[in-house]
Amino acid sequence: MPIQIEHLTHTYMPGSPFAAVALHDVNLTIEDGELIGLLGHTGSGKTTLVQHLNGLVKATEGRIVVDGLDLTEKGVSLLEVRRKVGLVFQYPEYQLFEETVAKDIAFGPKNLGLAPDEIDRRVRHAMQQVGLDYDTIADVSPFDLSGGQMRRVAIAGVLAMQPKVLILDEPTAGLDPAGRRSILNMIRDLHAAGGLTVIMVSHSMDDISTLATRLVVMSKGELVLTGTPREVFMQQELMQSIGLGIPQAAQLAHALRAEGYDLPEDLYTLDEVRAAILALADKEVR
Amino acid sequence: MLKDITLGQYMPGNTLVHRLDPRTKIILTILYIAIIFCVASPLWYVIPLAYILLATHLSGLKPKNLLKSIKPLRFLLILTFVLNLFFSTGETVWLHWGILKITKEGLVTAIHFAMRLVFLVAGTSILTLTTSPVALSDGIEILLRPLKVIHFPAHELAMMMTIALRFIPTLIEEADKIMKAQMARGADFESGNLLKRAKAMIPLLVPLFVSAFRRAGDLAMAMEARCYHGGEGRTRLRVLKYTKNDLWAALITVATLIVTILAGKWIA
Repeated sequence: MPIQIEHLTHTYMPGSPFAAVALHDVNLTIEDGELIGLLGHTGSGKTTLVQHLNGLVKATEGRIVVDGLDLTEKGVSLLEVRRKVGLVFQYPEYQLFEETVAKDIAFGPKNLGLAPDEIDRRVRHAMQQVGLDYDTIADVSPFDLSGGQMRRVAIAGVLAMQPKVLILDEPTAGLDPAGRRSILNMIRDLHAAGGLTVIMVSHSMDDISTLATRLVVMSKGELVLTGTPREVFMQQELMQSIGLGIPQAAQLAHALRAEGYDLPEDLYTLDEVRAAILALADKEVR
Repeated sequence: MLKDITLGQYMPGNTLVHRLDPRTKIILTILYIAIIFCVASPLWYVIPLAYILLATHLSGLKPKNLLKSIKPLRFLLILTFVLNLFFSTGETVWLHWGILKITKEGLVTAIHFAMRLVFLVAGTSILTLTTSPVALSDGIEILLRPLKVIHFPAHELAMMMTIALRFIPTLIEEADKIMKAQMARGADFESGNLLKRAKAMIPLLVPLFVSAFRRAGDLAMAMEARCYHGGEGRTRLRVLKYTKNDLWAALITVATLIVTILAGKWIA
């Protein structure tokens, strides 16, 4: 069930003196099972774009089709849209409200009108997906957990709706390096388990470069670049001109090439760069 | 959706009225209220009318701005007018219908009270239109300072006002975000009966309160880190000073008050 975005334009407060174009003529098709990294500077329209996919924001112009469901059509069932597309907000732990973790995760499925035993099954499954132990944590108040655990609970709350598309807006923001790594691994595992299309919004190159199958780069409300990480990170100048930069390993490779070292053009992971430099060193010694 | 609410009606400017000391403006507003209550008959509203027209002109506002502040009161205004019109006692009966009757005196009273309401709101809104919330709470703080002898916490009150005003937009933004997050989980804030809707607010209100308390804690910590310890011995960045203009404004207002009282005496 691909996602098709055609000529999407969004204007905030149209017709008023405060009118501002947040998105301009965005065209994008996302295939099943992709793990998209959505990159962009603050205010580039990333968050507005993903909120469209979930029906929270209405398109001013253009068309969005998710799994055959046209979100821009009148009278579309928003509940149906939200069943298909799960959206995890920035700092999702601030949306927790229930007395226990299990009840909070059950909020989404309950809104879908599911039977109690199905809800319970989904809560258990979602907790397992995000790596939380049902027996020890289900009956704890979410406000007694650590920040990283709260974030997992919030993500589980969206996963329990069993969406086909999972969108995460800056899922690692404000976490320490260990928490960051474990959330990223969790996303990798969720995607690897199959059946889930993942869109991850980020402005951290290093987070996204090893995870995403395809990158989508936005700047000032427009889609400027899309391609595999390898293709995108070759465009160092373009990326820097929109204030994004490229992963540190790719920067190093580019700098060495500029100094005249004969390195391949498309390196971006640390391991690749290390291997290439060592190969070069071997050649020089001989 | 929640972002469209505008709070406070302060219109920045640098006119004579804007530059008046906030203390002066608060006191003059109280005097102005006294003037309104001294007006003896509907005709004599020309005196406060002249007064607020002068103030409006000097502050660079438009009469439209003042009328806008009356708009929310329109139902109260109609109610006041109608009640006074039908239920006042008087001798010159013009119309009799069941227990309702319209008298000449009733009509005069109705106009009188409706005018009083209009003038009260329109005139006092000049204060809030030309004084920034921060200046206003500064003025209130200093004016209430003498009440310290009865242990009235003037500084704390003003500080709370300032902080509350500062955080209203922040909380609105936060509410908007949480609302969207819950809607993404299928929450429905718009349909159902009153009870259902009230219940639907829980997923919004709990996180909002949690975050408000968290912010309050953070703010208290940040204030203490900068050695805030209440109003005792605290000096201010902007020291309020009376100028000649304050004196002139006060003289004009007091003169208006005296004229109004004399006018009332004269027709009696």
